[in-house]
Amino acid sequence: MFSPKLVRALGTCALCVPLAAAAATDADLTEIRDQIRQMKESYEARIRALEDRLKAAEAAAAPSAGAVPAAEPPAPSSASSYAASTLSAFNPGIAVVLQGNYQYLKQDPALYGFNNVQIGEDVTPGRRGLGLAESEITLFANVDHLFAGSLTVSLAPDNSVEVEEAYGLVTALPYGLVPKFGRFFSGVGYMNEQHQHAWDFQDAPLPYQAFFGGQFTQDGAQLKWVAPTDLLLEFGAEIGNGDAFPGSPRNSNSAGAWSAFMHAGGDVGASSSWRAGVSYLETRAVDRVGKLPDTDGNIAQTSFGGTTHTTIVDFIWKYAPDGNATRTNFKLQGEYFWQRASGDLTYDSDGSLGRTNTDTYSANQSGWYLQGVWQFMPMWRVGLRYDRLNQGSPDYGDNAPFLATSAFSPQRTTVMLDWTPSEFSRIRLQYAQNKERPDFTDNQFFLQYILTLGAHGAHKF
Amino acid sequence: MREFSKWFMTAALAVVLLPAHAAINVFATMPEWGALAEELGGDQVKVYVATTALQDAHHIEAKPSLIARARSADLVVATGAELEVGWLPLVLQQAGNPNVRPGQPGYFEAATFVSLLDKPTRLDRAEGDVHAAGDPHIQTDPRNIARVATALAARLAAVDPANADTYRARYKAFDEKWRAAIAKWERESAPLKGTPVVVQHKAFTYLIAWLGLDTVAALEPKPGVEPTTASLTEVLATLQRKPAKMVLRAAYQGDRPSQWIAERASLKPVVLPFTVGGDAEAKDLYSLFDDTIARLRKGAE
Repeated sequence: MFSPKLVRALGTCALCVPLAAAAATDADLTEIRDQIRQMKESYEARIRALEDRLKAAEAAAAPSAGAVPAAEPPAPSSASSYAASTLSAFNPGIAVVLQGNYQYLKQDPALYGFNNVQIGEDVTPGRRGLGLAESEITLFANVDHLFAGSLTVSLAPDNSVEVEEAYGLVTALPYGLVPKFGRFFSGVGYMNEQHQHAWDFQDAPLPYQAFFGGQFTQDGAQLKWVAPTDLLLEFGAEIGNGDAFPGSPRNSNSAGAWSAFMHAGGDVGASSSWRAGVSYLETRAVDRVGKLPDTDGNIAQTSFGGTTHTTIVDFIWKYAPDGNATRTNFKLQGEYFWQRASGDLTYDSDGSLGRTNTDTYSANQSGWYLQGVWQFMPMWRVGLRYDRLNQGSPDYGDNAPFLATSAFSPQRTTVMLDWTPSEFSRIRLQYAQNKERPDFTDNQFFLQYILTLGAHGAHKF
Repeated sequence: MREFSKWFMTAALAVVLLPAHAAINVFATMPEWGALAEELGGDQVKVYVATTALQDAHHIEAKPSLIARARSADLVVATGAELEVGWLPLVLQQAGNPNVRPGQPGYFEAATFVSLLDKPTRLDRAEGDVHAAGDPHIQTDPRNIARVATALAARLAAVDPANADTYRARYKAFDEKWRAAIAKWERESAPLKGTPVVVQHKAFTYLIAWLGLDTVAALEPKPGVEPTTASLTEVLATLQRKPAKMVLRAAYQGDRPSQWIAERASLKPVVLPFTVGGDAEAKDLYSLFDDTIARLRKGAE
């Protein structure tokens, strides 16, 4: 509050008043005057606030002819009971997500697989019957004047613990630069950055399942730049180890994943907001274990080594009358994936079919989804989603006799109804018809709950 | 050559001088703070208002447009007291603008300059959408606007010292005019004192305290929880014991609960603009309160 200049000048004044004018330059004097004026204003404001409070207190103390209902207890004079103790004062924000569901799956989830599209070995619709779903604990806080940090730990129903995200953010850089480092959901696409409990359907769209094994996580660094424009223009690039599908751990000193993305977004009037983006991701894999249905109907284990290029185009449009989403709102969202993979594929890599064979592999495949969610009255929403994978014409080399099947495109139609009594709880009913392969269609019913407790979560667009 | 150097000097001078005259970008989270920044800043500020009076300030998303505007802001004027907790921190984190992060001169929270009412006695989400620091809807009492104006004028001067004198002069003029207006509103609303009212959401705590109205009931069973037929029936029972004159709701809220209770308890539904832009009459801070008082008086007739 007191600058050294001011202290120095005041000292000089006290010692030798006649010399003060000579000691301080005109600029100094103006600054000092400004500071004194600011101090005066600040004190005046405080005094006025105190006067007003006194007046209010006097008014409250005066007997008010029984205007206050007798049953209402007097409010406590201070909220000191909530004051954090010194030990907990610097604790980070803590948020917890609890989830569980009932799933009716007509087909055995062990037989989950898409015609001619390799997917990660752990991609399944989950278990049948009643079950606990992923629980999540997030801790976040500013680290110091330069960094902020966030940790999300995911607890799986089989009692395994996974670090879902653990990243630092640099908060002090100017010019719209936002660096992030550690483990984080990649900024490619639209849904990839969202946590699963924030999705509008219980499960990921087919292109996410097939091409990203659900969601793509980077262990590395990201740099985003927001352009100084009224329309949002955001550019980002990432580098990572590429351990996550479609990459795999490679025991290498070099990076295994690179990505670049660009988003544009804005408002149309008060009622509509939109965002559109283009993303590119390149990953390297060595002995990446996956699964692929073969000509005999087995879900064969496969192993892939090579490079994968993924390009995504995404858009989202949200509409609410006057921009007031609490009553009714509608959102339309879609993403299109192209994935080009080339390298070697080992068919029956675990030898369970006794036909283990390795040869070259290349594929040019794509997939997309389009979904609409409508909140038709407060707390109630309905949604419809259609997603599809285009197998392209994968070249299996010598593995062709085992793997080439019919030209069939896996597709799925999903409807959902959810009830959100408050910002912190949601109960969802979902039905999907999943045509995974010719003559193999799964009918899936889900009943799901999502409870959020602790620190207030962010309303991500 | 001389021609060129003349042109070059002019251009260089323009580059040096222009920033001093360029308006500073103010990012106001709520229409009332946008309007106040315009009153105090005049031509020296370019104000962007993140929300409208027809939107529920609790439930805004970190939209692309907000991130883009926060990126170029010189001053963010927010309500604070957790009103924007769901979206402003995320907007500021994504904008990459360290000047407007909390703790910097470029980040201003109005609620810190006002003594907040209705601090919850129990901090528990089972009590609904409670705000730990107290009720954040401070703009419904014009005396709060005056307090915030004092602090905001000083902050504008700190962020844009080149125009400090302008902000001081404009503040002085505003403060005088505003105090006169408050006196006028207090005269006009004197007959309203003690009028029993029902509120849809607990959004008018400060207005009710200022005018000395008497809150009989709230339609929302808990703050932020949509009323159900069962909860409204309970309110109806309360109203039979203790009748009220009118039911108040903010412009952004749905009319169904108010209409439901108005029909059954024979009280008048009154829609208040709540903030600047909440109806056709509430064009600025002055007309906001002119209109609020006029509507209350009509409701009390």
